Amino acid sequence: MNARSESEPGPVKNRTTVERTSDREVVVTRTINGPARIVFEAFTKAELFKRWWVPKSMPMTLLSCEIDARVGGKYRLVFDHDPEPVAFFGTYVEVQPYARLAWTNEEGGEGGPVTTVTFEEMGGKTLVVLRESHPSKESLDAAGTGAAEAMIETFDQLDELLVALAESAGR
Amino acid sequence: MVHYMTTRLDRSFAALSDATRRGVLEQLGRADASITDLAATFHMTLTGIKKHVGVLERAGLVTTKKIGRVRTCQLGPRRLEDETAWLDRYRRRWDERFDELDKVVEELTRKEQRDERKKRK
Repeated sequence: MNARSESEPGPVKNRTTVERTSDREVVVTRTINGPARIVFEAFTKAELFKRWWVPKSMPMTLLSCEIDARVGGKYRLVFDHDPEPVAFFGTYVEVQPYARLAWTNEEGGEGGPVTTVTFEEMGGKTLVVLRESHPSKESLDAAGTGAAEAMIETFDQLDELLVALAESAGR
Repeated sequence: MVHYMTTRLDRSFAALSDATRRGVLEQLGRADASITDLAATFHMTLTGIKKHVGVLERAGLVTTKKIGRVRTCQLGPRRLEDETAWLDRYRRRWDERFDELDKVVEELTRKEQRDERKKRK
C-alpha cells in the first residue's frame, strides 16, 4: 500500500489550508506532488476519483461513481448506507482541461453549492485551489461536516448507541 | 488558570442569571442586532439595555462593534470556538482526501516516467 517506501525518497506531506473567505464561501488549498494533467485526471476519471475521494475517517463505502466531465455532463456518487444508499450528484458547469473545473451540488435541490477547482502547475507539482460557494451562510455551516455526510455519521452513531442500549438492556 | 476559569464561570453564570440577558442571547443567536433594536425588542431604555449588554460582553458571551453611529451586538467568543471546530473538521476531511490523491497522482506519475524511459530505449 505504501508506495512511498520504494527506492525514490518520499516527498514531504504538503499542508492543506482552509479559509472561510466569506459567510458563504470556503477555500481549500493543497499542493499535490504531480503534474496538473495527472491531478486533473484524478478528478475527472471515475476509476481514479473513487480511490481518493472518500475521507479515511468517514465510515462510508462508495458503491458507484459515474463522472462525465464535460460542460453539462453529470456526476453521481452513491454511498452504501442503511436503510438505503445515499446519492450525491450534480452537473459540470466549467471544464478546462488541466486548469479548471466547476460543478454544482444538487443533492439538496436546485440552487445548491457550486464547487470550483483550479489546478496550477509549478515545478512538476500542482497547486489545487478548491472553492465552495454556498447560497447561504446556513448552507455553508451545515457543510462543515458535510451536511449529508454528517447525517450518515449521525445515523451510524445512532446505530451504535441503539446497539449499546439493547446490549445493556439485555444484561 | 483555575482561578481564571472560576472567575470566567462566575461571570458567565452571573450574566445568565437575568431573564433579559438570556433573552438577548437568544435574540442574538438568531441574528446580530443593534443596541437600538434590542432596546425596542425588550421594551427598555438605551441605557438599560447597554448595561445588560455590558455584563454579557464582560462575560465573553457577546461582542459589540461600532459601525458609524450604530453599535451592533453579536454572540461572543463561544461562537468563535464553534467556528474553529468547524474549520478543523472541514480541513481534516480535505486533508484526508488530498493525502490519498497524492498517493494516486504519485503512482501515476511514476508509472508515466517508467513508460517514458521504456519508450526511449
